[in-house]
Amino acid sequence: MTPPELATLETAPAEAFTTADKKELIKEVLEAYPDKAKKKREKHLNVFEEGKSDCGVKSNIKSVPGSMTTRGCAYAGSKGVVWGPIKDMIHISHGPVGCGYYSWSGRRNYYIGTTGIDSFGTMQFTSDFQERDIVFGGDKKLAKLITELDELFPLNRGVSIQSECPIGLIGDDIEAVAKKSAKEIGKTVVPVRCEGFRGVSQSLGHHIANDAVRDWVFPQYDKEKKAGNIPDGTEYDVAIIGDYNIGGDAWSSRILLEEIGLRVVAQWSGDGTLHEMINTPSVKLNLVHCYRSMNYISRHMEETYGIPWLEYNFFGPTQIAESLRTIAAKFDETIQAKAEEVIAKYEAQTQAVIAKYRPRLEGKTVALMVGGLRPRHVVPAFYDLGMRLIGTGYEFGHNDDYKRTTHYVEDGTLIYDDVSAYEFEEFIKELKPDLVASGIKEKYVFQKMALPFRQMHSWDYSGPYHGYDGFAIFARDMDLALNSPTWSLIGAPWKKAEATA
Amino acid sequence: MTDESIRQIAFYGKGGIGKSTTSQNTIAGMAELGQRVMIVGCDPKADSTRLMLHSKAQTTVLHLAAERGAVEDVELEEVLLTGYRDVRCVESGGPEPGVGCAGRGIITSINFLEENGAYEDLDFVSYDVLGDVVCGGFAMPIREGKAQEIYIVTSGEMMAMYAANNIARGVLKYAHSGGVRLGGLICNSRKVDRELELIETLAKRLNTQMLHFVPRDNIVQHAELRRMTVIEYAPDSQQAEEYRTLAKKIIDNKNLAIPTPITMDELEDLLVEFGILGGEEEYEKAIKEGIKAPAGVA
Repeated sequence: MTPPELATLETAPAEAFTTADKKELIKEVLEAYPDKAKKKREKHLNVFEEGKSDCGVKSNIKSVPGSMTTRGCAYAGSKGVVWGPIKDMIHISHGPVGCGYYSWSGRRNYYIGTTGIDSFGTMQFTSDFQERDIVFGGDKKLAKLITELDELFPLNRGVSIQSECPIGLIGDDIEAVAKKSAKEIGKTVVPVRCEGFRGVSQSLGHHIANDAVRDWVFPQYDKEKKAGNIPDGTEYDVAIIGDYNIGGDAWSSRILLEEIGLRVVAQWSGDGTLHEMINTPSVKLNLVHCYRSMNYISRHMEETYGIPWLEYNFFGPTQIAESLRTIAAKFDETIQAKAEEVIAKYEAQTQAVIAKYRPRLEGKTVALMVGGLRPRHVVPAFYDLGMRLIGTGYEFGHNDDYKRTTHYVEDGTLIYDDVSAYEFEEFIKELKPDLVASGIKEKYVFQKMALPFRQMHSWDYSGPYHGYDGFAIFARDMDLALNSPTWSLIGAPWKKAEATA
Repeated sequence: MTDESIRQIAFYGKGGIGKSTTSQNTIAGMAELGQRVMIVGCDPKADSTRLMLHSKAQTTVLHLAAERGAVEDVELEEVLLTGYRDVRCVESGGPEPGVGCAGRGIITSINFLEENGAYEDLDFVSYDVLGDVVCGGFAMPIREGKAQEIYIVTSGEMMAMYAANNIARGVLKYAHSGGVRLGGLICNSRKVDRELELIETLAKRLNTQMLHFVPRDNIVQHAELRRMTVIEYAPDSQQAEEYRTLAKKIIDNKNLAIPTPITMDELEDLLVEFGILGGEEEYEKAIKEGIKAPAGVA
């Protein structure tokens, strides 16, 4: 069950490369670029030095043309990430069919409900723009579409209009349609100006989507509050912000929050509903998991409704315990005592997981490259299993993400922002980690290089990874990836003969 | 797709300058001389062919396409009509003001015409394009394989000249990639002082010629009211003769140039030189007087 001696790539321990080696490697990799591209890219690659306040890289800047970035667009950020998981709303991909078709089914945002009746998460709705809609405008079609959708799916709670590029180009007035249609169907209709060409990555789409919540959802809270229709709630009401319930993550998080005595009244937006969103300004504390995609609305709620917010991390028992204590510290002694009880309760389960898997994973190295949160958040879960991080980077993180990353990574960790396919491949070839943990675009490149790989966006169709229950699954999955007997079959038989000869 | 021997020309100019009237009258003159011409109206208003067809507005490519669902469902015969002296007429059409994308509409209809063989058995194709080259769609007629000769209709009025200069910039942009050339300015007189000299000077600055000076004559209005060109309505009038001359000049035109657009400052200097704009001194004086006046009142 040991990894393959005969695999095409051998691996290297974390200590094999010093900071100087890694800096040299960055230089070598950059050599392949033309001067202009090199000058741009060298600002995004660095080695973390202990004590610095950030990772020494620039971020949230336009990708270099031709560099095979992994980034998405504003539409992906709004439709795919923030709005898509709101299960009881119909999200219209407004524009030509492709954007909707290729974002169909979402990102494994699990939900409870009857699809097509009261929930629409895995369904896809599009206005399917034709040439005439571009030339004559698509407003009338959009209005008709909303009318028809409400007839076909009367249990929908509202509609969001997710703009694709042409909407911004031809200047369709989707706000006017939203207002008119909302009156007509008597439900919430949210226009979102998330045209794909806006911004440098999906990150701006998150922001635009957050702003749409602020402008088109929260006014309903204000109105209902004024009318006295919003109950006061309890002292323990909290909302989970920025958990998209991928593979059930929000559920395995919610269990813990409820066990320590809190009342989770809203999930943003995995398995979430429109009414949870509307009622969120009544909570006492917003618990933010994905800071990158939902810090905007958290800040807004803090400024407007005086609701504090707190970032937490439910990856791996060390961070889970720390987060539970930090959260509990915001409440009374009852909650604090319960938090200790919960941590103790899961102690045995956690120790069993670590006892089983740590010996099989101890000292193994991992290189990460994910979106806007996990490049730092999952690191402690690897540490809990005795693994080492040799490099990490974000697709679309900002400087505040790289600042936060400093609390998670060791001195000498290679940092790559908006890494290109070429750079990532070169880094991995040289640093030879035992595991690469990234996305579907990277997966087959590295698996074909005979490297164990796990998808860190979708959990490779597994999960949840959040919470104590999630950690058990995470540990098992990493073991499956790293110690699969498949790897012993990677070497070609004739090479095996040579090797033994 | 398009027969190489067809000369493709386009009329551009400031909105309201009289492009459609000038182009249709000129084309009527060309038709009289035995030229086979097709007019492609590239303005959502669809008023580029009314004098040829004696109709308010013909069915446009885009409206029919919208009605049918797709442009593929439209037959060429439904939108290609024959008018005065067998001039073929097509209107692209487009959205009502303020919605959709008229530029994309022009691209759609020109592609439709090409794919359906409208560009056959012709000597000239003439595009009549709205106002200014505001986006890529309105530049479609001057891009590769389309109009090779641009005629700018202008007058001695400042904004008309400003638009003319802007259009020259659009032509310059595509001159190297698509081979489009400026054929000349057509002065549609507004009876501005020293108009003839002014436009001749502007033409020189733009590295082109003033092809013809069309005098102002009320007979054009009389003909328009009857939805006719002057050539058809009053064939023996002096104005008809002017359009015939212009038609002949276009047919014989060999002076096709890459324009040299001028800067806004240069254009203003030109206007000062011709007394249309006051100079700095007069401007200062006017401002001073403007300040003095209220003081006097108080």
